[in-house]
Amino acid sequence: MPGAAIEIEKLSKEYPYGFLHLKKKRSLEDLSMQVQSDEVFGFLGPNGAGKSTTIKLLMRLIFPSSGTARILGKSIEDVSMHQDIGYLPEQPYFYDYLTATELLEYFARFHKLSETDRHERVQKMLKKVGLETAKKIQLRKYSKGMLQRVGLAQAILHDPQVVVLDEPMSGLDPLGRREVRDIILELKKEGRTVLFSTHILSDAEMLCDRVGVIVGGKLRGVGTPGEMVGMESQGMEVFFELHGSGQAFPLLSRATNTGERYRVEVAEAELYAALDELKSAGARILSVTQLKPTLEEFFMNLVDADRAQANAVDVSGK
Amino acid sequence: MKNVWVVATNTFREAVRDRVLYNLVFFALLMMGAAILVGQISIGIEQSVIVSLGLTAISVIGIFIAVFIGVGLVSKEMDKRTLYALLAKPVERWQFLLGKFAGLVVTLTVNTAAMTVGLYLALSMVKHPLTRSDWYLVVAVYLILLKLALIVALAMLFSCFTSPFLAILFTVGLYIAGLFAQELRTMRAVTIAPSTMRMFRGISYLLPNFENFNVMGAVAHGRGVPGMLVLQNTGYAVLYGAMVMALAAMIFSRKNLK
Repeated sequence: MPGAAIEIEKLSKEYPYGFLHLKKKRSLEDLSMQVQSDEVFGFLGPNGAGKSTTIKLLMRLIFPSSGTARILGKSIEDVSMHQDIGYLPEQPYFYDYLTATELLEYFARFHKLSETDRHERVQKMLKKVGLETAKKIQLRKYSKGMLQRVGLAQAILHDPQVVVLDEPMSGLDPLGRREVRDIILELKKEGRTVLFSTHILSDAEMLCDRVGVIVGGKLRGVGTPGEMVGMESQGMEVFFELHGSGQAFPLLSRATNTGERYRVEVAEAELYAALDELKSAGARILSVTQLKPTLEEFFMNLVDADRAQANAVDVSGK
Repeated sequence: MKNVWVVATNTFREAVRDRVLYNLVFFALLMMGAAILVGQISIGIEQSVIVSLGLTAISVIGIFIAVFIGVGLVSKEMDKRTLYALLAKPVERWQFLLGKFAGLVVTLTVNTAAMTVGLYLALSMVKHPLTRSDWYLVVAVYLILLKLALIVALAMLFSCFTSPFLAILFTVGLYIAGLFAQELRTMRAVTIAPSTMRMFRGISYLLPNFENFNVMGAVAHGRGVPGMLVLQNTGYAVLYGAMVMALAAMIFSRKNLK
């Protein structure tokens, strides 16, 4: 399906607070962005940045103060839109008196599925998220990770075109995270659109076609992970091995080591001179890698800038 | 309406698994004890004592369930955030609300029906055989059920915009005020100004008239309940309940979840 699957236009959300609810706190400010069909889009930001607020607005769990959004061309006010959408809430909690099978059967009944289709899909999903052996246990006995898996199963149960996952990796062990990553990649392979929020940047770098970074309720940038951090090299990293005490040479004083293995950072222009120096000192070159900024550094810079701005406002306010 | 039914059946299942129907054990013990005791100490009034006691127990137990579980129907789902995944399905908020209401009314109906059977068993222990007038009990139970449905609607309305504790207080307060709606309407007092009287009368029409549903006295003494009264009370409960639920749906449909 070509075009945008999710379109957000100037979406804002304010929460009243104070004794008479006269003061207002803005948790999302004029958010505009699009998530294209068939892409995996990562929504990044620290806690309280506005990621969950945006997702809750899209799922009509809360209502915008201003702005609009459409999913698959339908307004978010249109309930029928949810036939083609799957949603995993952050830290999901479900009816604990039900078993996983009963819960999925319950949710499946809200979709246009025949009884046979419903049963088949429920069993298939339980297998997919690795809960086949625990399907008859009441959810009150489930661990946090198991609940996350049930949540994922109910989100993709009805074969939705768009899947929205709020912190899908949270609470999962490394194996569980790997499984969730595999499911997201599988959804991408099947041509689904996936929007997921996370603050685990390595997951976003690994899975996303594009990411959007939100800090302090404002969208700070949208692009591919590479575009976001820029392709400019920050230098070269050289690993080498040096046996015996040998003769001291200038580069050695800049290197850090573990036993006989050394690591040194040099500017790109100095690389060949450095390699010659190492060669003449009798060192064995193990690897040479270009240093690039990571998404994490980009993200942390934004957060630091936002905090600095907030502090400046505080100080000027005083 | 399919969505309403799906939510309702799950609400009933929740009530059963949360052991709401365990109150029936208490009711059974009460009825058995009463039948034995009444048979020994009352002469000639066994029937009215058993019926009064039974109907009062059915009403009180029902009110407890209607208020406490009724308030929790929505607030618990919001607090535990079980509502999040559900509202992301193609379900309208009013459908969820109506489903929850229907589920608890079905639970109360099953509970009340079981208690009514218990009451008849107790009655048959002190009176052989049962006569035609004993079947008026069913009418009294039906009116209690209408009252309980109205209480559930009010409990749900309050839980849509306030904390569970306040919702319980408001529901119980309105129930008690509703018991005196008729008195408020017909009150005559020389010390109260006519404008205040008019205000009281106006308020009395807004309050749910719960005393209308009480026919325990008549049934306990074997008197029948006029068909017209049953019809009027049914119409009143349906209309009043529908208005309360519509107001609850209006509030809930624009409510921001946490």
